[in-house]
Amino acid sequence: MNASEILFYIISACILVGGLLAVTARKIFRSAIFLLFSLIGIAALFFWMEVEFIAAVQIIIYAGGIVVLIIFSIFLTQKSGDEMPHPVRKRAVFSAMAVLLGFAFTFNLIRQYGFTPDPVASFNIKVADIGTQMLSTKEHGYVLPFEVVSILLLAAMIGCIVIAMKTKPVEEKIKIPEGQPL
Amino acid sequence: MITMLMAVELILNSVNINFVAFNKYLYPGKLDGVFFAIFVITIAAAEAAIAIAIIINLYRSHHSIDVEDASELKY
Repeated sequence: MNASEILFYIISACILVGGLLAVTARKIFRSAIFLLFSLIGIAALFFWMEVEFIAAVQIIIYAGGIVVLIIFSIFLTQKSGDEMPHPVRKRAVFSAMAVLLGFAFTFNLIRQYGFTPDPVASFNIKVADIGTQMLSTKEHGYVLPFEVVSILLLAAMIGCIVIAMKTKPVEEKIKIPEGQPL
Repeated sequence: MITMLMAVELILNSVNINFVAFNKYLYPGKLDGVFFAIFVITIAAAEAAIAIAIIINLYRSHHSIDVEDASELKY
């Protein structure tokens, strides 16, 4: 067991414990902080797998954007010191059963498949390759999903603004104070 | 409801780990898993933004973001 494997087990333990505590913590602010730990652990795992671009994207978007957004909305909408109510027992039992069933199903599939890793080719990706392939219109290019995703992001932005917009009463007009020159 | 959002983020992240790991160890010559991970991250960001907008609007109309309280459209 060399240092790389030990590092992998430490990182994955951090991710798993962070995720478990994020869904079981009673206080929602703690839950968000554990989610942050889990996401940073996932970024560390991407660094460990030597996909630095995805790791950087993960840190920028998740740790810098989404967790801040979640904490912001926690502070906006509820008191962060309050404990959440206990989940209904029947629901907890059924979700535990669903987790166990899914775990058994996936484990069975993985055990039967028997992966054969490709030891010949080495995996080192350059960011330039990612950019070239993402914007190429050739056979393995990803320009169509790229455009579709950009349209989706635009639609999501406009949708957010429309949903969160305050509807003003129509008859309200700007009153110009009398006696003052415009 | 914020907890549901956090759970969805965790699920999407686990899918991302799988995409990148399978790309690295089974098909090292290709980049498709990396692209799928990037698209999943994008869609997760869009989904989080929409969810926050819905949460804020729900809080404004119901003064609570518990999903059990928002039951007007249930039946």
